Amino acid sequence: MQNYSLLSLARNALTGHKNWQKAWRSPPLKEKYEVVIIGAGGHGLATAYYLAKEFGITDVAVLERGWLGGGNVARNTVTVRSNYLRDQSIPFYVKSVSLYEGLTKKLNFNMMHSKRTMVDVVHNYPKMRDLRRRQLTMDIYNSTYEKISVDRVRQLIPALTGGGAGSRLPIIGGMVHKDAGVNRHDAVAWGYARAADALGVEMHQKTAVTSLLRANNGDIQGVGTVKGNVEAKKVVVAVSGHTTTITETASLRLPLRTMNLTAFVSEPIKPIVDVIVNCSDLGFYFSQSDKGELVIGGAPDSAQSFRRDIKQHVFEDTVGAMLELFPSFKNLKLLRQWGGHLDITPDASPIMDETDVPGLFVTAGWWGGYKAIPAGGLTMAYHVATNSPHPLMKAFSYNRFKNLDYILETGTTTAR
Amino acid sequence: MLLIHCPFCKNRNETEFVYGGPVGANRPDPNLVSDEEWVDYLTMVPNPMGPVYERWWHARGCDKWFIICRDTVTHEILENPSEEP
Ligand SMILES: Cc1cc2nc3c(=O)[nH]c(=O)nc-3n(C[C@H](O)[C@H](O)[C@H](O)COP(=O)(O)OP(=O)(O)OC[C@H]3O[C@@H](n4cnc5c(N)ncnc54)[C@H](O)[C@@H]3O)c2cc1C
Ligand SMILES: [Zn+2]
Repeated sequence: MQNYSLLSLARNALTGHKNWQKAWRSPPLKEKYEVVIIGAGGHGLATAYYLAKEFGITDVAVLERGWLGGGNVARNTVTVRSNYLRDQSIPFYVKSVSLYEGLTKKLNFNMMHSKRTMVDVVHNYPKMRDLRRRQLTMDIYNSTYEKISVDRVRQLIPALTGGGAGSRLPIIGGMVHKDAGVNRHDAVAWGYARAADALGVEMHQKTAVTSLLRANNGDIQGVGTVKGNVEAKKVVVAVSGHTTTITETASLRLPLRTMNLTAFVSEPIKPIVDVIVNCSDLGFYFSQSDKGELVIGGAPDSAQSFRRDIKQHVFEDTVGAMLELFPSFKNLKLLRQWGGHLDITPDASPIMDETDVPGLFVTAGWWGGYKAIPAGGLTMAYHVATNSPHPLMKAFSYNRFKNLDYILETGTTTAR
Repeated sequence: MLLIHCPFCKNRNETEFVYGGPVGANRPDPNLVSDEEWVDYLTMVPNPMGPVYERWWHARGCDKWFIICRDTVTHEILENPSEEP
């Protein structure tokens, strides 16, 4: 792998940037691999990388329907945080946040990781009690959460001029999560892909998987693709909102529902907010990107959807709520809006497990799953390589539903 | 935005309705079914990429519950309401 550094930048500048190596190869598709991963999103690529890096399994193909990093990994609002509710979740996300913080060095790719505080703006006492309850559990696992006053909220977010005593829903305080951050989503996809490629992993774009193939004894045997069948003893489904479309071809039923979540960005402006602002009572959140755009997200569409768009009334609700608290944003022009479909389980926690089909693994139910990419990839790779679940993800089993052992995280993400 | 056909009010804006989820199995009596069937009822919903039957409630209108068939990709409403039995 060509090392990216100041020196390599200078050297390539001299030759007009014409001699940069391709970040990954495009080899012909083989008929057989040790492991096939379906989906070149964050989770698929990270799993491939850690399989090669940590477990020496390099005969791996990542099969992608569209282009690498064109799914939700490139459609999300890049909020990385560990303020979850349950004992099983928090350590997993703490690990993921810390892996993100070291990822630029590890992958020799600039993640533009920007550690920044997240502030929850709170408008009612039940919510405050709920967040304080989260804090008690987070304290145990070394994730920070702290209650702050209304004055402190306004100090941290000077643009927050609404929500005063006379308003319909006055602010009563806030919670501060100092471990949060944002980074560059393309870099996450490209960085993992490039590093995995350097270790021998193959990336195949425009290679949609159409079915799962099973041997006579029921084990997984490989996948059918638009370019023909590919054999593998182990197959990982990492297709985000499309999980059930793949698993149903093996007659497997999973407790998942697919929904569309949306976001939009403003024109770039001068630095106005240096924290991640989360107003879940009103139903929106935002942060400011390095380019100066405000990156804004709201609530998901109410009904199931496999369509990536934004509904006018969802957009209006989000903007209307935001202007209640940030009236000066009225002057902003909004540049782009988009959606992405994600799948979610009954308890809003992910499923990372081998399924009832031996050799078939799924990593699914990723609602706020961008933050989970490093730990998700690492622990999935562990499971695939060793045939036993990693301690950090053991609880996110498929069988927990059979015992109704929910890890309820409903309400700790944008899904409400 | 969907234009949803309420059996009573006819075509109305989606914003007047509350989504009630996909139509799954009817609620069984937990004392009469196996644990597997009970868990299935609690956790499984249809998730097709295509037509799905789902419940809607005209909460900001006539208060009726009804079922439509909607395509989850095109969002086209393929079958207009049958009233909740
Ligand atoms: C608007 C929005 C905002 C979000 N904000 C945040 C946030 O702030 N923080 C956070 O943590 N998370 C956030 N998320 C969630 C996060 O983006 C997802 O949970 C995560 O990206 C999903 O995992 P992934 O990266 O592997 O998925 P994807 O990038 O979607 O990867 C799945 C890949 O599988 C491919 N695929 C599908 N079907 C097939 C097939 N048949 N054959 C081959 N390939 C196939 C797709 O093309 C896709 O590239 C947000 C999501 C959205 C939509
Ligand atoms: Zn009506």
